[in-house]
Amino acid sequence: MPPVEPSAGKARHKPSRVPRTPMPERSASERREDFDEVTLVYTEEQARTEAARCLQCKNATCIAGCPVNIDIKAFIRHIIDGDYADGVAVLKERNALPAMCGRVCPQEEQCEIACVLAKKGEPVAIGRLERWLGDYDLACKLEERCVPQVAPASGFRCAVVGSGPAGLACAGELVRLGHSVTVFESLHAPGGVLTYGIPEFRLPKAVVGAEIDMLVRMGVEIVTDAVIGATYSLDELMGEEGFDAVFVGSGAGLPMFLGIPGENLNGVYSANEFLTRVNLMRAYEFPAADTPVWRGRKVAVVGGGNVAMDAARTAVRLGAEEVFLVYRRTEDEMPARHEEVVHAREEGVEFKMLCSPVEITGREGFVTGLVASRMELGEPDESGRRAPVCVMGSDFEIDCDTVIIAVGTRANPLLAKAAPDLELSSRGYVLTDEEGGTNLPGVFAGGDIVTGSATVILAMGAGKKSAGAMDRWLREGR
Amino acid sequence: MFEVVHKRQLSDAVFEMGVRAPRIAGKIRAGQFLILRVDEKGERIPLTFSDWSAEEGWVRFIFMRVGKTTHKLSHLEVGDSLADAVGPLGVPTRVDGLGRVAVVGGGVGAAVAYPVARAMTEAGSDVTVILGARTANLLILREEFEVLPLHELLIVTDDGSAGEKGLVTAPLKRLAASGAIDHVMAIGPAIMMKFCAETTREFDVPTTVSLNPIMVDGTGMCGACRVSVDGVTRFACVDGPDFDGHAVDFEELMSRQRVYTEEEREADAEYLRECECHR
Ligand SMILES: Cc1cc2nc3c(=O)[nH]c(=O)nc-3n(C[C@H](O)[C@H](O)[C@H](O)COP(=O)(O)OP(=O)(O)OC[C@H]3O[C@@H](n4cnc5c(N)ncnc54)[C@H](O)[C@@H]3O)c2cc1C
Ligand SMILES: Cc1cc2nc3c(=O)[nH]c(=O)nc-3n(C[C@H](O)[C@H](O)[C@H](O)COP(=O)(O)OP(=O)(O)OC[C@H]3O[C@@H](n4cnc5c(N)ncnc54)[C@H](O)[C@@H]3O)c2cc1C
Ligand code: FES
Repeated sequence: MPPVEPSAGKARHKPSRVPRTPMPERSASERREDFDEVTLVYTEEQARTEAARCLQCKNATCIAGCPVNIDIKAFIRHIIDGDYADGVAVLKERNALPAMCGRVCPQEEQCEIACVLAKKGEPVAIGRLERWLGDYDLACKLEERCVPQVAPASGFRCAVVGSGPAGLACAGELVRLGHSVTVFESLHAPGGVLTYGIPEFRLPKAVVGAEIDMLVRMGVEIVTDAVIGATYSLDELMGEEGFDAVFVGSGAGLPMFLGIPGENLNGVYSANEFLTRVNLMRAYEFPAADTPVWRGRKVAVVGGGNVAMDAARTAVRLGAEEVFLVYRRTEDEMPARHEEVVHAREEGVEFKMLCSPVEITGREGFVTGLVASRMELGEPDESGRRAPVCVMGSDFEIDCDTVIIAVGTRANPLLAKAAPDLELSSRGYVLTDEEGGTNLPGVFAGGDIVTGSATVILAMGAGKKSAGAMDRWLREGR
Repeated sequence: MFEVVHKRQLSDAVFEMGVRAPRIAGKIRAGQFLILRVDEKGERIPLTFSDWSAEEGWVRFIFMRVGKTTHKLSHLEVGDSLADAVGPLGVPTRVDGLGRVAVVGGGVGAAVAYPVARAMTEAGSDVTVILGARTANLLILREEFEVLPLHELLIVTDDGSAGEKGLVTAPLKRLAASGAIDHVMAIGPAIMMKFCAETTREFDVPTTVSLNPIMVDGTGMCGACRVSVDGVTRFACVDGPDFDGHAVDFEELMSRQRVYTEEEREADAEYLRECECHR
């Protein structure tokens, strides 16, 4: 008898030994001029070449590295085999918004660091493959896109507060489980930080919009212009408005300032205001769009995280001649993703490390400079990072007309003020159990409003986990 | 979405408008505001509720045409719609337990003063209203104030074309000096509120002002609206808009209101050029 042929395309996988496929990118000089996306997508061929590098390990350690445990091995296998739609389905089992996570997740410290090939410094480009499949799905006609199966209607109504990644992931999971879901968003557009914070050149709003359309198609209702704590209180949602359970995913949207003199001068922005004006209000199209933004010639951005990088790179695109990034510690301590730091440098952002702002100077109400002290690194602090200490008498002034403060955000107290019984931490974050349950029956919470500023995927993971807990609570626990 | 159901021109540049907004209408208290966008490319601008009906599901506001957005708004007619309206935002104005109150409304500030004065009379306060404008035909809401059960309505114009000639601070000073009032609520241009606060300071009459810095989200998310009160930075959209007039840094407020003057002029001029050709 002739040996049985393995079915075509499903041959035993032999990993190829080629180097990691680089991500095609537009040149820095080109991208300084517009808000189009910086990285280009893999071609199908590049995606398959990259997928072929995967060892398909028996014990795939990458999966544990993913905060939502996507079956990475399986979706890569589907790319190898050319079964893209199946690959999308694998992603969507765990992650409703793959085209976005593929772009903004810090894969280098999650799945990719856990890849066996990372030991040799060349992990499989899992994030880029995820993005490639996500984009593949978005490029399909709406009716051909992978729509997760929706369970029969349960008859329960759930409210979700906030349409950031936590709220969207929770809403997506709740409809999948058969519940009716209404998302309340205070701004005029859904998406949370994905819409108002992360710039177009890193996460095109069309991608965010298409992912949200999919949720709407699955049955999620989104009500914009509704501030919970003002338009409705939590109590009203559970009372008059007739919801059976509520998920709070309102994010950590309150900007922090430095508390130094001159911070209220014209030309000083919180990163939130600056990015909101540009991204949400599209001030880069002013005057075709009505909202203005101050277009600085020399811009100093204070901070060292992703938000600071986004603000600095946005300032470059608005036409600034010089953009400085002012950070108290050194590049090693910077919390921003490595890729963002590299991109910022390429685009001409000048790094001023070990500098701590002490004052913003001005004339006739407008910024003229930022005075900073030089710092040196001392002993490690409780976070394990070496704490910067001020060098006496080292103050110097950076000549600038715009200062953008990107030193973090906190919980916005608006919602909690109107819900005095909701238990909060001393810093104003919502206290929950493992699965997002709060002290109020039927009220769950997750994402940045629970953890403080974190990441898109952690917020989504929390939203999804809470949806599971809400489902159990609705069906059994009440 | 938010259909215009009422429009009335109150003076050359001042309009009253009502929109259907049942979600909002049931929650409003005097002194609160909404943020609206006229269309998809529109700016978010704050306007104070001047009237509302929970039963009929509408809200009203009164606005002065000063730039592009208020221009566009003034061109909407009954049956048109706003792209967005969100609220009620801000902390309601304290209207009870204030004793004898003088409410000062300058210019379009009268629009904000009206619901406050009405709520104060409903709460049983003894209210004197000082209504000021540059000239008689810029006085708005006079008839509406006249039907409120006020202690007194005092009219002041810069040129004397109606009521007393001069500034609102003159009658305010007489009231404060004679001990006839326990509290002042001043609403109008920043410069007027500043002088009202300076007038009452020497007589130690507590004075609340309603601040109008530039806003974006109106929910505490951006800090555009920050003002200094007693040397501390506050967000007017969530901590205010009402603050202790004796503690506010008005110079900073006025400077911050001017940050986009050039851009605003450009946008408005361009809009007017375009709109004349298809009108
Ligand atoms: C500029 C910037 C860049 C970032 N870059 C990255 C990145 O590259 N990778 C990454 O993983 N993470 C990044 N992050 C962090 C990440 O975006 C957040 O951790 C994540 O968005 C948190 O999700 P969330 O759903 O909890 O909150 P949010 O995204 O903040 O969404 C909360 C939503 O709730 C709404 N809301 C708030 N209060 C109310 C209320 N009372 N009623 C109704 N609605 C309300 C808000 O308007 C908002 O839309 C970045 C953050 C910023 C600001
Ligand atoms: C809490 C609050 C309540 C207000 N209530 C009323 C009201 O009841 N009636 C009324 O006529 N006006 C009110 N205003 C002022 C009103 O918001 C501005 O006149 C309006 O935004 C002008 O927009 P514009 O595009 O027509 O003019 P622009 O040409 O853009 O601006 C003219 C001036 O208006 C101010 N302004 C511009 N944009 C904003 C903004 N986004 N937010 C706040 N101010 C801005 C600036 O100081 C500017 O110099 C209020 C403002 C605040 C903060
Ligand atoms: S308007 Fe954005 S914080 Fe007040």
